[in-house]
Amino acid sequence: MSKQQETDDQAVSPVGRWKVSLSPHLKSNESVEKIMWTVVACLVPPLVLSVFIFGIQTLFITAVSVISCVIVEAVSQKALGRRVTIKDGSAVLTGMLMAFVIPPGVSPLLPILAAIFAIYIGKHLLGGIGYNFFNPALLGRAFLLASFPVAMTSAWLPPVQDFAIFSYLGTQVDAVATATPLAVMKEHGMAAFTQTFGSGASLYSSFFLGWRPGCIGETSGFLLVLGGLYLMYRGYITWHIPVSLLGTIALLSWIFGGEGYFAGDPLLALLSGGALLGAFYMATDYVTSPSNKISQIVFGIGIGALTVLIRLKGGYPEGICYAILLMNPLSTVLDSFFKPQRFAPPVGGAK
Amino acid sequence: MKSLLTFPKGGVHPPECKAQTQGLAIETMPVPDELELILGQHIGAPCTPTVAKRADVGEGGLIGEVTKGLGVPLHAPIAGKIKDIGMSVHPIRVSAPSITIAVDREAQPVQYEKQNWQQLDSAQLLAKVHEAGIIGIGGAGFPTHVKLKPPANSPVDTLILNGAECEPYITADHRVMLEQAASVVEGARIILKILGIKKCFIGIESNKPDAIAEMTKTAEQASSPDCTIKVEALQVKYPQGSEKQLIQAVTGRKVPAGALPSAVGVVVQNVGTAKAIFDAVVYGKPLYEKVVTISGKGIGRPANLQVKIGTKLKDIVDYLGGLQPGLSKIIMGGPMMGFAVSSLEVPVTKTTSAVLFLTEDEIDTRPHGQCIRCGWCLEACPMGLEPKEIAIYVEARRAEDTAQFGVFDCFECGSCSYVCPAKRPLVQFVRLAKMKAKRPQ
Repeated sequence: MSKQQETDDQAVSPVGRWKVSLSPHLKSNESVEKIMWTVVACLVPPLVLSVFIFGIQTLFITAVSVISCVIVEAVSQKALGRRVTIKDGSAVLTGMLMAFVIPPGVSPLLPILAAIFAIYIGKHLLGGIGYNFFNPALLGRAFLLASFPVAMTSAWLPPVQDFAIFSYLGTQVDAVATATPLAVMKEHGMAAFTQTFGSGASLYSSFFLGWRPGCIGETSGFLLVLGGLYLMYRGYITWHIPVSLLGTIALLSWIFGGEGYFAGDPLLALLSGGALLGAFYMATDYVTSPSNKISQIVFGIGIGALTVLIRLKGGYPEGICYAILLMNPLSTVLDSFFKPQRFAPPVGGAK
Repeated sequence: MKSLLTFPKGGVHPPECKAQTQGLAIETMPVPDELELILGQHIGAPCTPTVAKRADVGEGGLIGEVTKGLGVPLHAPIAGKIKDIGMSVHPIRVSAPSITIAVDREAQPVQYEKQNWQQLDSAQLLAKVHEAGIIGIGGAGFPTHVKLKPPANSPVDTLILNGAECEPYITADHRVMLEQAASVVEGARIILKILGIKKCFIGIESNKPDAIAEMTKTAEQASSPDCTIKVEALQVKYPQGSEKQLIQAVTGRKVPAGALPSAVGVVVQNVGTAKAIFDAVVYGKPLYEKVVTISGKGIGRPANLQVKIGTKLKDIVDYLGGLQPGLSKIIMGGPMMGFAVSSLEVPVTKTTSAVLFLTEDEIDTRPHGQCIRCGWCLEACPMGLEPKEIAIYVEARRAEDTAQFGVFDCFECGSCSYVCPAKRPLVQFVRLAKMKAKRPQ
């Protein structure tokens, strides 16, 4: 029976084939798909910019990461007998975020391995979307950091000059590798840092725009913040996690980050490393962050504090990845601790 | 301008969809050949028929009453012959006992005479409300005479008439307030007298400025030093018309979980119920007809229709130009809390406020996915609950453990499901939870 016939038939039939389901019958036009693709769209400008900072291979690495995440998602869902939901954009988003937190000079094989670990083990073996308690993209990064420590901590590229986006193709990474600002600061101190990256307004502006060594998508602070603000405007994220997280990093870096107390540079702390990417896109991941607003603030403060602790006292120059991963499993704990306020308790106390 | 009153926590803004019918005057539908009156229209025990098959009944004649337990009598909406005492299609209970009346086309309509109610005392007025078979016709269907007799240990000082009409599409109360403002306000004065109190607020959402103006004018004329009736404009926000949310918006008082509004000194009545009380007390006319909004793209012509209780949907559809292609869902009540029905044999009851014929593009039929813990339902819930947790527990077959999440506070407004980006049927999960969980004592 054709679709047209079916509707005509239905229009005249006294006992129709109308849908029956429980209320509400209206739903908002938001959907998981729409959210995921919007976030993906917000990550496109930083990705495009990364091409002009680190060269065309960032696009290649990101493509490999996205495609392998989508394939692993489809295969995992098929293998586990679940509905294949690659169209919802969540695997694409994971792939993109995962590429954003790896150095621009690594082999494109790395994201493939990371995708298998992050999507299959980190997401689908735990129950699929909604049930993974670690951020899959960061899990992928942590896996790579543990498995390929040399590549993951040394394949940094200095920003290209004069839009020579093909200049790194075919060159040996070792020949051009540099160090990230946080690594320079950690290993050689503030003096060496100033010598390498400069100081004052030009330092802040070049860091804010993204012209510094770092992971593929973490450097362009301006575009990341812009995208984050757009997500807030759309209501997809709220200020609670980014503000508490960045505020904590700024405050603790100011207090403990310099020589003596209250001598650190809070602005530099926010503009270096993956603080902005983490605050707006990683820590706000719905599944792995708390739902309650108070828990979100505590969550953000926790990540900020752990980040500064790792940056200043830990073995790695940057700590936000592990800080988020450490706080992720606490989300549900925080949510069960800070309950939303019920309308009114029964007479004679709760329950 | 004074800021509009509302409840502070939660709520959603579904599309209002009232433009189709808000400008249409109430239209009386011709009586169909047959009416089917369900015996259990109210909360409580269903009526027992007081008439036998093939008996003749007059308009407004008693056909059913409740002898034991909570309930109100049922009246014949029109003169006719009892054709059958059997079963009807019911939107929730699948089928329910009912009385079928074959309409007598020859009978003259009853002329009701205006009576003076001022010298009647509270108990006499209350008896009239009971005898007229009045229940909360806004949707809940709780017998009104019980609601108007609050327990002695909780003194009531405020009456609130609910004219919020926050459900999308529905405009029946809007038209009643606009066209019958004097009756509604007089109804409010009768209720004030029954309760022995002096203060009444009428809460109306600000998307009905004409009704607010008309009601304000009428209420001011009716107010006197010992009886103040005041119209309060409310913010347009669903579920503004929920009893607890309305009380909080208007008085700032919070009804405790598991308690009645009288616990905070308030009685709430729907504006339509106030009109029914007016009819019962001033004209002695029982509740047997009501204004129902018929809307949606799936019906030939939308309308605010005054119909007899017991009119079947198929008669309404015939009268309004038939079903339209693309009809996907028929809903009795509003789209947020109403019930989908699968048959046009369903009759209108005292609590039917609307019948919506919605097409594919007006409803959402996307399949639901897993919870992504976005927390939007926490923001939307006006009761401060965690719908996502309840749903996850139900999915994990632990419905009996959901009392800790306050599942019994939920009045199933559907705000959580409305905002859920994964399209999860959270209200359905909550209902399952309520069946399994143990109600806290």
